[in-house]
Amino acid sequence: MSANLLAIFYLISGVLFILALRGLSSPETSRQGNLFGIIGMAIAIGVTIISIGNFSTGFIILLIFLVIGGSIGAFIAFKIPMTAMPELVAGFHSLVGLAAVFVAISAFLNPEVFNLGFPGKIKIASLIEMSLGAAIGAITFTGSIIAFLKLRGIMSGSPITFAGQHFLNLAIGISIIGLIVYLCNTQNEYLFWSLIIISFLVGVLLIIPIGGADMPVVISMLNSYSGWAAAGIGFTLENSALIITGALVGSSGAILSYIMCKGMNRSFFNVILGGWGATEESSKSSAKEQKPVKNGNADDAAFLMKNASSVIIVPGYGMAVAQAQHALREMVDSLKKNGVKVSYAIHPVAGRMPGHMNVLLAEANVPYDEVFELEDINNDFANCDVAYVIGANDVTNPVAKSDPQSPIYGMPILDVEKSKSVLFVKRSLSPGYAGIDNDLFYRENTLMLFADAKKMTEDITKNL
Amino acid sequence: MEIDPFIFRLSIFILAIFVGYYVVWSVTPSLHTPLMSVTNAISSVIIVGAIVAALAGDGDKIFDTANIFGFLAIVLAAVNIFGGFLVTHRMLAMYKKKKKDK
Repeated sequence: MSANLLAIFYLISGVLFILALRGLSSPETSRQGNLFGIIGMAIAIGVTIISIGNFSTGFIILLIFLVIGGSIGAFIAFKIPMTAMPELVAGFHSLVGLAAVFVAISAFLNPEVFNLGFPGKIKIASLIEMSLGAAIGAITFTGSIIAFLKLRGIMSGSPITFAGQHFLNLAIGISIIGLIVYLCNTQNEYLFWSLIIISFLVGVLLIIPIGGADMPVVISMLNSYSGWAAAGIGFTLENSALIITGALVGSSGAILSYIMCKGMNRSFFNVILGGWGATEESSKSSAKEQKPVKNGNADDAAFLMKNASSVIIVPGYGMAVAQAQHALREMVDSLKKNGVKVSYAIHPVAGRMPGHMNVLLAEANVPYDEVFELEDINNDFANCDVAYVIGANDVTNPVAKSDPQSPIYGMPILDVEKSKSVLFVKRSLSPGYAGIDNDLFYRENTLMLFADAKKMTEDITKNL
Repeated sequence: MEIDPFIFRLSIFILAIFVGYYVVWSVTPSLHTPLMSVTNAISSVIIVGAIVAALAGDGDKIFDTANIFGFLAIVLAAVNIFGGFLVTHRMLAMYKKKKKDK
């Protein structure tokens, strides 16, 4: 196959990948989009193998490795519960990162096959591209592993900070640039290895100071990094499919990070530098005097909802933890039989990754046209009889609108307090991630339901 | 004067960033999780580099360090490709519209 024809095929896969993302603009076209993605990938892999034209031992081994990797991937994809989607995505990011590092290493060790020159005499431009690809890939790899461990709960979700952290990161960042420059001058193999090892370290240092509830930003950011790493490798290999994909994924992750930051009214740097809701905040709130709250049970909740004409459900991370989405759907079904109008309100940063709540509700067979984003539903709270808050906390805190001293001041929140009554399912009065008390607990129209989210929802259904 | 092929690739890159920007903004927020898993899958197109690296040379050269790194990258990327597309498919299959009388 001629190089030109090959390039045309790569271009076709790149276009198919664009169509794959385009399909996600609505759930109806999304499945077709995914199919475009699969076709694009099949074309890219197929023409690469054909163009090499080596069908000897290597090809057999290649097929074996493809099947091994593919079976592992397929197994994970079918087994993973929807609630574990954030850690799955983080885990997958780490693989892309590591694959980029490995490809960069191969290109460095054997540049002839990629037409990049010879060992020790690699073209400077290619060397810069592969160094950047390897460095970003390495950061993506270890960063995603830390994110995975935090999401999985193997590592504490609280931020790990130490004195001089930012200074250290800055120093390492500068040393990476220095190493790349030095590498271009000397082509020394050890410099290349050191570059990769230092980048692994940066990935760890970058993610440990970021707390659990900031994970939506982190995951999106790592998504973006994996794209830039792929683009770096794409430049090295002079492959347009990789360059296009890298650019798409890179900008996709960047946009998602931006949306998540906006959902918290924080700047990107503020999140990256970490330390929101560190220990001092939580100790302050625990010292607060006890304010009276209204305490209710499943019976009261069922009575309120049965007699309501409209109910808005506000799910949050707690719903995912309690796996309460199916119980919730059953409750809503009973409510609908009683003629109650029910809709769902999703805050942009609810859950641990962008769109996390939507997937869980879809899993529980909630039709997607009953689920609304913050700006589409916020005005409806004023006309709704009952707001049922299940597992959300900070995103409903009215303090964000009233108290300029609060760390969450200015964050867009769901105006839950405007509804006639609020049912708040929670295990205890403990503050949410931001470490601040939720003013909503003490409101006149709030009824606290102290219980596990799933159990409480099931009990309410029984009482309906 | 001839233009360096790098400039062509740079043009593709910059234009693709803009395409990505507009396409991703049009993605509905409720599909942001599938967006992440599908971008994950497509970024594994890096497998094409891995294949070239793995199949370089012939015969016993397949077990050179560079080739081995290529094969390892193939496994990692394959996990991602199959896992990413399948899990996206699984998620998208769950998104349903409201049925009448439900």
